[in-house]
Amino acid sequence: MNPVRKKRLILIGLMVTGVAIAVAFALNAFNQNLMFFYAPSEVMAGDAPPDHPFRLGGLVTTGSVQRQPDGLTTRFDVTDNVKTVTVQYTGILPDLFREGQGIVAHGKLNENGVFIADEVLAKHDENYMPPEVAASLKDAHNAATTPAAGTGAP
Amino acid sequence: MLKFFHRMASPKYFYQFAGKLIPWLGVACLGFMLAGLYDGLLVAPTDYQQGDSYRIMFVHVPAAWMSLFIYMVMATAGAIGLIWHIKLAEVMAISSAHVGASFTFLALVTGSIWGKPMWGAWWVWDARLTSELILLFLYLGVIALYNAVEDKRTAARATSILALVGVVNIPIIHYSVEWWNTLHQGPTVTKFDAPSIDLRMLIPLLLMAVAFKLFYAVVVLMRARCEILQRERNSGWVKELVRASS
Repeated sequence: MNPVRKKRLILIGLMVTGVAIAVAFALNAFNQNLMFFYAPSEVMAGDAPPDHPFRLGGLVTTGSVQRQPDGLTTRFDVTDNVKTVTVQYTGILPDLFREGQGIVAHGKLNENGVFIADEVLAKHDENYMPPEVAASLKDAHNAATTPAAGTGAP
Repeated sequence: MLKFFHRMASPKYFYQFAGKLIPWLGVACLGFMLAGLYDGLLVAPTDYQQGDSYRIMFVHVPAAWMSLFIYMVMATAGAIGLIWHIKLAEVMAISSAHVGASFTFLALVTGSIWGKPMWGAWWVWDARLTSELILLFLYLGVIALYNAVEDKRTAARATSILALVGVVNIPIIHYSVEWWNTLHQGPTVTKFDAPSIDLRMLIPLLLMAVAFKLFYAVVVLMRARCEILQRERNSGWVKELVRASS
């Protein structure tokens, strides 16, 4: 390669690396702001803003969903398998909302530590499979974990 | 082989070669597209969670892949144009921009249509969606800058630099779902583990991905031919071509 072209190649390389480093620093500095939601353990640790609305993300705890008598309000627990936050939401839940499913809720914590949500979004996972495969996976999982849970408990 | 590439870099030969190639690529594209759509919409099983609405994936995912792929092609062609001053590389870079912008737009729109029933929102400002939107603006910026400069060789140099600066966005889009909490789910196919998708769903997805690649090839060659004619309008072979056709 002749020297002029080599110089241009090096210049382009330097430019791309320079931009990449600058953006990496910027993203690192704004890391918290780029998080779309807080996990329950972060909320419990006090990382979430206490006065401002924020988003809470996690899995809906199985067996925790309670419909209130007014028919629109729902209470459920959101967990990241470490900590749990109770969420109360009035409105229509998305189709994918169900127990064990990931959700992202937008709202504020009230004085009792209950998260009052004004929006609930369902987060679906990256697995795609037909229902019969999902059912057989679940059976296999249950068969593998049930005896272990029985003997493993102290 | 080297001789072949050398000859292809000449606009005249490229023009003729691309003209012969386009119909073949077009037929192949149509074949893959029909097979992929048939397999995806009618043959592939329904999803355990999302039912039939996951099928928009067969358009959304290849379109999103293409938006990243075309950007890399554009930036690479731009860099080659900058370093070796090859006219054809400049032509390929700018011809890719329009197709890339269209695919990015398609990925954003289909994602939005998918998001409303599944997530419950048309749009959220999470890292994946926002960085993909920035990609659309980068494409539009490249197109606008190219058209704003009168002299096309200067314009190509300026747009190549813009495209290269924007390359930093590509890994951000890809890894956004891993680096940050996002509403958008993680990668299904493009990860080191085995793809977490049923094989009967993966096949139409890959068929569609190939179809979109071929579609890009057809459109970029057509656009490049137009661009070459416009740039070389004062050269002998173009004048002769015009005389022969009129």
